Amino acid sequence: MLILECPYCGVKAEETELTAGGEAHLKRYGPGSSDDEFEGYLFTRENPMGVHFERWRHSNGCGKWFHAARSTTTLEVFGTYSAQTTEPPQEIKDKISARHPGWSWRDQS
Amino acid sequence: MSTRLAKGGRLIDRSKTVKFSFNGKSFTGYQGDTLASALLANDQMLVGRSFKYHRPRGIVASGAEEPNALVNLGSGVTHEPNQRATTTELFEGLTATPQNVWPSLDFDIGAVNSYASRLLTAGFYYKMFMYPRAFWKHVYEPFIRQSAGLGKAPDAETRDPDTYEHFYAFVDVLVIGGGVAGLQAAKTAADSGAKVLLIEQTADWGGRSLVDGGSIDGKPAVDWIKDTLEALENMPNVTLRNRMMGAGVYDHGYALGYERLTDHAPKVAGPRHRLWRIRAKQIVTATGAIERPLSFAGNDIPGVMLAAAVRDYVVNHGVSIGDRTVVVTNNDDAYRTAIALNEAGLDVPVIVDAREFGGGALMEQAKALGIRVETGCGIAKVHGKKRVTSVDICKQAGEGAVLWSIPCEAVAMSGGWSPVVHLWSHCGGKLNWDDTQAFFRPDASRPPKGDDGEAMVRVAGSANGELGLNAGLQDATAVGQAAAAAAGFEVAAVAPQAAEEPETPIEPIWQMPQGAHYGLRLKSWLDFQNDVKVSDVQLAAQEGYESVEHTKRYTTLGMATDQGKLSNINGLATLSNALGEDIPQVGTTTFRPPYTPISMGAIAGEARGEIFQPIRKTPMHAWHEANGAHFEPVGHWRRPYAFVKSGESVKEAVHREVLATRNSLGLLDASTLGKIIVKGPDAGKFMDMMYTNMMSNLKIGKCRYGLMCTENGFLTDDGVVARIDEDTWLCHTTTGGADRIHAHIEEWLQTEWWDWKVYTANITEQLAQVAVVGPNARKLLEKLGGMDVSKEALPFMEWRDGELGGFPVRAYRISFSGELSYEIAVPANLGRAFWDKLLEAGAEWNVTPYGTECLHIMRAEKGFIMIGDETDGTVIPQDLGLNWAISKKKEDFLGKRAQQRSHMTDPKRWKLVGLETVDGSTLPDGAYAVAEGKNANGQRNTQGRVTSTYHSPTLNKGIAMGLVLNGPDRMGEVIEFAAVDGETMIGAKIVSPVFFDPDGEKQNV
Repeated sequence: MLILECPYCGVKAEETELTAGGEAHLKRYGPGSSDDEFEGYLFTRENPMGVHFERWRHSNGCGKWFHAARSTTTLEVFGTYSAQTTEPPQEIKDKISARHPGWSWRDQS
Repeated sequence: MSTRLAKGGRLIDRSKTVKFSFNGKSFTGYQGDTLASALLANDQMLVGRSFKYHRPRGIVASGAEEPNALVNLGSGVTHEPNQRATTTELFEGLTATPQNVWPSLDFDIGAVNSYASRLLTAGFYYKMFMYPRAFWKHVYEPFIRQSAGLGKAPDAETRDPDTYEHFYAFVDVLVIGGGVAGLQAAKTAADSGAKVLLIEQTADWGGRSLVDGGSIDGKPAVDWIKDTLEALENMPNVTLRNRMMGAGVYDHGYALGYERLTDHAPKVAGPRHRLWRIRAKQIVTATGAIERPLSFAGNDIPGVMLAAAVRDYVVNHGVSIGDRTVVVTNNDDAYRTAIALNEAGLDVPVIVDAREFGGGALMEQAKALGIRVETGCGIAKVHGKKRVTSVDICKQAGEGAVLWSIPCEAVAMSGGWSPVVHLWSHCGGKLNWDDTQAFFRPDASRPPKGDDGEAMVRVAGSANGELGLNAGLQDATAVGQAAAAAAGFEVAAVAPQAAEEPETPIEPIWQMPQGAHYGLRLKSWLDFQNDVKVSDVQLAAQEGYESVEHTKRYTTLGMATDQGKLSNINGLATLSNALGEDIPQVGTTTFRPPYTPISMGAIAGEARGEIFQPIRKTPMHAWHEANGAHFEPVGHWRRPYAFVKSGESVKEAVHREVLATRNSLGLLDASTLGKIIVKGPDAGKFMDMMYTNMMSNLKIGKCRYGLMCTENGFLTDDGVVARIDEDTWLCHTTTGGADRIHAHIEEWLQTEWWDWKVYTANITEQLAQVAVVGPNARKLLEKLGGMDVSKEALPFMEWRDGELGGFPVRAYRISFSGELSYEIAVPANLGRAFWDKLLEAGAEWNVTPYGTECLHIMRAEKGFIMIGDETDGTVIPQDLGLNWAISKKKEDFLGKRAQQRSHMTDPKRWKLVGLETVDGSTLPDGAYAVAEGKNANGQRNTQGRVTSTYHSPTLNKGIAMGLVLNGPDRMGEVIEFAAVDGETMIGAKIVSPVFFDPDGEKQNV
């Protein structure tokens, strides 16, 4: 059972307090987008062994959505951060680079 | 025979006898006995039967690894199957019965299987029960079901009278295992000031050193244990718990502890078991090691035991397994058993040491006591049926030619020790094969990792492969220090010193003798409980099973209740030999929690009966309970399905409620409907994204029915939206949808449009809401007095704030029944009083409270859809003829893009219609309309399905709604629906879904 620190209320929340929301930093495609774009947005997901950026909600707590960067293999948590951003903060990327030189995730590295 | 010795037994109190029964017979033991030691003291060598061959089974071990001595414990409501006699502490009045025996323990008919064992080989079930196919259902399965399983499951009708609870603990260092290593690791960590929890699965602290002795820092180990324990007890930062097992280790320092509080003293008050949910910064496992059996013919006969277990029973309980015990070993440790037996005045006719040159100092000590030692030898065969009578000794290097036959009552075997690496492995810790000591040990460079990416579990003492007392102490000190440091505490620790004679290394022996012929291998057991023998594993390898995981499932090796604690290493060594591979190549099976079975009661904890799941209740709930409500669960709510009067069936009640409401006046407790406030300067823009309709242009004081879709286009919820003021909207949701929809809109607000100035609040429980429905609804409200509720002052689909009968109310003119209808919201605390007032004032119109079924029927008569009936996560609003509620003007809303996908615009999507049976009957719910021909799977093609179906009391006939291929274009056509039997066909005419008052004359008055 994971522990993630909610960046809003500061609580170190156990997994039972949280709801997983899948991959973070998706770009929404609405009306006017091509079928391929929309399909990619709706259905295509990363499924990495290793570094992953995820959406979580502190559902049995403050109710806020936040993002977590963690390893799907070692379960190491590189950090949690606001959901109100389009890409991971530099300090978290630096932390991941220190652990996993040369990592990349989508266009992030 | 096994018996109680006149002297000795450090755990028992001979002044306190304890009465108990086994297999219907009465026995006595002493306080301090386990059920196993007490049975042995009473010469009860035979305790059960094996699973497959029903072979006689005796006690093999003295701890958690015991595979044989499983009993049904207790009776009636406290009956519990598969309890290990070796870990069951004896108490007055204990009753136990043997398992897997029929008709009796001493005479078991299933034992004939043993004679057929050449046929019942590995994979027998897969090979035998395949053909002929028809036999499976009528012959094989009934037979297997009757003979499968060990203990009896408790009676489904009984209820466990004991209580259980969960505990939460947060510590810096959790130490699992209270032997010398665990005590030392805990003491070292605690000296740093870290908060330490030390747990031990048995009642006693000290582990093997209590029996095996030794000296630490110049004093006897027993005294060191006592002093260290006392020191720990006096430290405020240390919690000690005995009778508590470390059951499992999970992600991020989560561990489960299973504490057995009253199993040893059932009359003591309080919970029986406690499940500790522990979060530790660091976990130290000091779980010791388990002795391995040796694989020789007849090693399963009662009286053949692990050498350390024989020693435990003599030293701890003063119990002798037999007058003459043959010791057979491949390592030095078993000599301790011979010495202990000799000291107790018992005979050890011979120590059979498989190693060519025998052992070290311990061997010399045994020889000095006059015990005969034969090196380079093994056991060819054990003789005896229900107990050992003699052993044949042979050369280990040979094929089993008998050198001597030695009469004896017991055999103490030792195939070496395996570190208990289970907890290390639960969460991903890796193992290395130690060639010198012939066991798997934790690889400290590949530990289970915590959220910081660093080691979260460390292993100390024999669990870490450090079997010697001194080595274990040095290891535990270092590990305790490292764990404290990793948890943020510094300590300078000095390890105690233990005096230790060097031991001669073990020689791995996987088969005894080395060249044992087939007849011997056929009787050499690996898994005692599941009857897996050396020959079975070899056969599996021969048949092409290479993976240890596959072999396990094919042979059932290690799949019994002991999960291979005794047998796995011997089994996989046998497999690796058969495959000609090294043991590390073959690897181990996966270690999964719990370490030994934990009770279902402990898992459930307090969550049983009323508090299994909290129930949400409306302010009127008590009235419903007192007035015949037949409840149905809706989300976490309980809503009245109907209010049943005496002498009336539920069906009749529903019928009455519909007619009373249609003809005069009905009341519905609508408090459970979701109510969500959306507020802010950008609320209108946001509402337009959430709903398919235009909501931003809704006028203050007005209501609009709205649809919500998910981003993939499917209809997820519906409800009436009211514009409260310039920047406030109130969204009604379905009862079950309130929390889900609130979460849904919050998700979009927080993660997509976070810069929009909008706030939301779920105010469902702040308000009680009553639907006042029927031709006399207005008269009732007018009688209450207060606000103007006339057609002009409060038209259909509008709302007003005001006062009725002295209550502050918000009144909505909305209708889910097609009747003149008001939904009146009052503050929740006034809900019950308002409900009572309506009932009192409505008496003159025979006011009738109605339930959800009446609501459903009335909405179906009007053709209104219901989320969850007409929708199932694959239905879009267009399927339901709700195009009028989908804005064409808006550029974007959730689901708009998805509804443009080719599958969503396919004209062949089934569409909503009404269905009227030709004979007036009611269609079965979910029935499919059949079409011509069959599909690729040979199933009949379908062309539609029923989504809602009721008997309409208003129209006195069956009415239904359904989704039908090209439905709206086929009005008047009769199609056939299959009844539940799949054969009978029911004809139904496609009609408009609005069955009643299609022009809305009743609601618009």
